[in-house]
Amino acid sequence: MAEEKRIVFEKAGDLPPMAMSLGLMSVNKTGNWRNERPIIDYDKCVGCMICWKFCPDVSIYIEDDKPVINYDYCKGCGICVEECPVDAIYTEKEGK
Amino acid sequence: MRKVLMGNHALSEGAVLSRVQVIAAYPITPQTQVVELLSEKCADGTLNAKFVKVESEHSAMAACIGASAAGARAFTATSAQGLALMHEVLHWAVGARLPIVMGNINRAMAPPWTIWTDQTDSLAQRDTGWMQVYCQNNQEVLDAVILSYKVSEQVLLPTMIVLDAFFLSHTYEVVEMPLQDKVDKYLPPYNNPYRMDVDDPHTFGGLTGPDWYFELRYNIEQAMEEAKDVWKKEGALYGEYFGRKYDLVDAYRCEDAEVIFVAVATVASTARVVVDEMRKEGKKVGLLRLFVFRPFPYEDVRSALGNAKKVVVMDRNISFGAGGIFYQEVKSAMYGMKNEPVIFGIVSGLGGRDITPSHIREMIEYAYKHDEPEKDIIWMGVKV
Repeated sequence: MAEEKRIVFEKAGDLPPMAMSLGLMSVNKTGNWRNERPIIDYDKCVGCMICWKFCPDVSIYIEDDKPVINYDYCKGCGICVEECPVDAIYTEKEGK
Repeated sequence: MRKVLMGNHALSEGAVLSRVQVIAAYPITPQTQVVELLSEKCADGTLNAKFVKVESEHSAMAACIGASAAGARAFTATSAQGLALMHEVLHWAVGARLPIVMGNINRAMAPPWTIWTDQTDSLAQRDTGWMQVYCQNNQEVLDAVILSYKVSEQVLLPTMIVLDAFFLSHTYEVVEMPLQDKVDKYLPPYNNPYRMDVDDPHTFGGLTGPDWYFELRYNIEQAMEEAKDVWKKEGALYGEYFGRKYDLVDAYRCEDAEVIFVAVATVASTARVVVDEMRKEGKKVGLLRLFVFRPFPYEDVRSALGNAKKVVVMDRNISFGAGGIFYQEVKSAMYGMKNEPVIFGIVSGLGGRDITPSHIREMIEYAYKHDEPEKDIIWMGVKV
């Protein structure tokens, strides 16, 4: 595992020649531009994992047989909300 | 050892000697024999490389990009419409800093369908960030492949080797073949520390905002600047290894010349004969041939043309609405210099129309007869 540290650049000369992350995606968080935050209502969730299957950014993982949203990477596209067969996922405006 | 090779096979043999590892290409006249020979060599085991068959030139370049990103030495070749179809991914190869080498056989753009030579295809890719070299004979074509990998892999920019359709691609010439063990010493295996590696994963080419995109572009231009010295250094070293030295430009009898003819590729080798003839008649004529066009060799062009009274630039290409592209570039290089020469821009030979010694003489004599160009584009040989 690479060191869990965000590398900070200051000038052009610090950059690698290729446009590439110096760390793993585990340190390169990409969920900061989400407008809508999906939230799972676990009272309604039946654990069918359809949201996990449909998430295009692999931002839903499974814990104790239930889906969990990883907000470090979720872009708020709303596909999970649309696909949930029991309407267990709703959204809230980000920053509220 | 000497072999009689067509220009296309000189490209293939250069790729073989460079020990390319991945070749992805789509056939197009006049490029076809380049990859035909390479596919045969892959099939019979004389070349240990993966030959990837693709459905288009866009995919050919995409496959080379993938291969190069994974650390392999990648090669392709194309012409005209095929090169145009690659346009989007040509930018990608540069932005991703991948030292791919590609042969482009200059073929005029359609419509109408045509297969003869013209530089508009390669020059339309001028601003992608690919380095470009223009070859004057088949020996140079073979040497350019080895040399291009050597330079590209140091500055992490791709190189396009350009040769004239038919005048080189299908013309057989004697080519001195460098020995493989000497090439191996000159060109060690490609070792890219930034390659895609499952044991050390990174994100490549991911979304970059205004905070860093600018700097990445600055770095590409820095690499282009550095590349001028690397071409000179490696071109000289190539001479030590193989007896043929290369430089950014080739200035022939320019020192005391009053009129200098500027051209690239095979036209330049024809012009050398005319320069010698006119010298015998007492006319102080010289020839400047650009070998490397990107990065543009500003300093070398200025020092070669700096003492001339008149310069004649011949373009086998046209940027519609502006004129010959080499003419524009040479003019901008000379602009504002002390004793700036009068520069004439001649467009001729489009679509593979022959340019003979008598045509070149006519172009040079035009400069003798006129104090200044009558117009921005001087058309020669067109039926109007």
